[in-house]
Amino acid sequence: MSDRGIAAQGFKPPLLQGQELDVPSFAGTAKGLFTGFFEWFGSLGFFSWQVLKAGVTPPYEWRELIRQLDEVGSKSLPLVALAGAAIGVVISLEARYSLSRFGAKSMFPATLVYSVIQVMGPIMTGLVVSGRVGAGIGAELASMKVTEQIDAIEASAINPYRLLAATRILACILMLPLLTLAADVCALLTGWFAQAMVEPLSFHQFIESGFSGATFNAFLPPTFKTAVYGLIIGLIACFQGMRTSGGAAGVGRAATNSVVLGSLFLILADVVLVKFILAFFH
Amino acid sequence: MATAYDNAIKQEDVERSGRVPFVAVQNLHKTFGRHKVLDGINLHVSRGETLAVLGRSGTGKSVLLRLIIGIEKPDAGSVCIHGQNISGLALDQMGEIRKKMGFLFQHAALYDSLTVAENVAFPLEHHRRDIAQSERADRVRQLLAEVGMSGALDKMPSDISGGMQKRVGLARALALEPEILLLDEPTAGLDPISSGEIDELILTLQRERQMASIIVTHDLHSARAIASRLALLNEGNVVAEGTFDELQQSDIMFVKDFLKQS
Repeated sequence: MSDRGIAAQGFKPPLLQGQELDVPSFAGTAKGLFTGFFEWFGSLGFFSWQVLKAGVTPPYEWRELIRQLDEVGSKSLPLVALAGAAIGVVISLEARYSLSRFGAKSMFPATLVYSVIQVMGPIMTGLVVSGRVGAGIGAELASMKVTEQIDAIEASAINPYRLLAATRILACILMLPLLTLAADVCALLTGWFAQAMVEPLSFHQFIESGFSGATFNAFLPPTFKTAVYGLIIGLIACFQGMRTSGGAAGVGRAATNSVVLGSLFLILADVVLVKFILAFFH
Repeated sequence: MATAYDNAIKQEDVERSGRVPFVAVQNLHKTFGRHKVLDGINLHVSRGETLAVLGRSGTGKSVLLRLIIGIEKPDAGSVCIHGQNISGLALDQMGEIRKKMGFLFQHAALYDSLTVAENVAFPLEHHRRDIAQSERADRVRQLLAEVGMSGALDKMPSDISGGMQKRVGLARALALEPEILLLDEPTAGLDPISSGEIDELILTLQRERQMASIIVTHDLHSARAIASRLALLNEGNVVAEGTFDELQQSDIMFVKDFLKQS
């Protein structure tokens, strides 16, 4: 044996004999994340195109659409109404306290109305529906995917993009503005009620003061922007569900990702939409 | 332009039976990642024939069926249904072709939010809106009676056994009166008695309807009972094809081992 030393002779400890230890490098991980990021968006784009093509060509799945309108809309209403009611009380209490400090209690109705309708109502509704509907759609479609039910639909000569995805996405788009309206109404009612418990304020006075000088431009765009939220929630949930693999763990991941990514993109979209609304409607 | 293979199978089939293949698979290749599953498969099935595709687990038998129904796309080669190459067709273009095919999935793949009757009615509700609802319902009852599931109309898939789910899956596959029937491991996971009942059911249906059937199975006894021809897959290729007696005469070591072990 030479005196060059064990390492120099190429001797490997027993752990590494016949096996290279594969420690991922930072560059490799970064490259993986980078390509994964673009692959995800590429796949989402392709999926969106398939859904759009299927959704605008007959035969239309009216029965499934009506069923989904019920699932997304009617069954989310109690939760959204409750969340709206809670938000109304919270904003009422906080606004009264803050406005009192600045001697602007008379601004309370307008503060509550504008806060709820322009900001809190839409985003709160979007996040609540993302959690309930997004997770439900993601898990349902993922479960169908791993049990080959989606393949069975395709094998029966039925377009799964049309039957499963387009109907759910359209239901989300149509129902979000309506659910937002419901949340806004509940928030305003409970907000007024919380204020009226402390200081006499008739509902007529509250409405007249709160909506004084308001135009449709102030309230309609923030409400209808939730249709975009619905598109995001439905699209992300259907995409995550229909590309699932990996059994029960995959179903869990799909449900979680549907909520997390749906909520994230919803919030990011809100930033863009607010700027758009301010630029074009004010 | 017809290839030599096209001419060969056409001539062979016409000579043998006067029938043109309903399903013709030519030089089919499929790879998943680095794993080559199918490496140039050639097969054909005609009306009234039942071809059993056998092989070890993981040799691409189920993938072959998925390529034929078009759920997967081949990397190379062609799948012809009634002479039409379906390999490059888009999803909506596959509709009319798939209506002629029935597929029984390995685990039945019943829609778990629908009852047994609703599962069987599903293809009819979508593709036979020209017939009255009462007529569709009668057809569903008739199909379930044929597979021995008359008493389970209102049950959910989770309420019935695996064997019963396969029967319902078979009824659903037959709903549109297909000319081609694809069965993925119809007796997998079933006890010998239930397997025998499914085999008998398939034989009866085949005798009555004269479909072109491809059955993927690793069960040689089942294949012998049902199929008019067997094809043995190994390492992505068909290593032997013919009747059971012809396979028994084969000198290929893999074939001998497979028949001995089964």
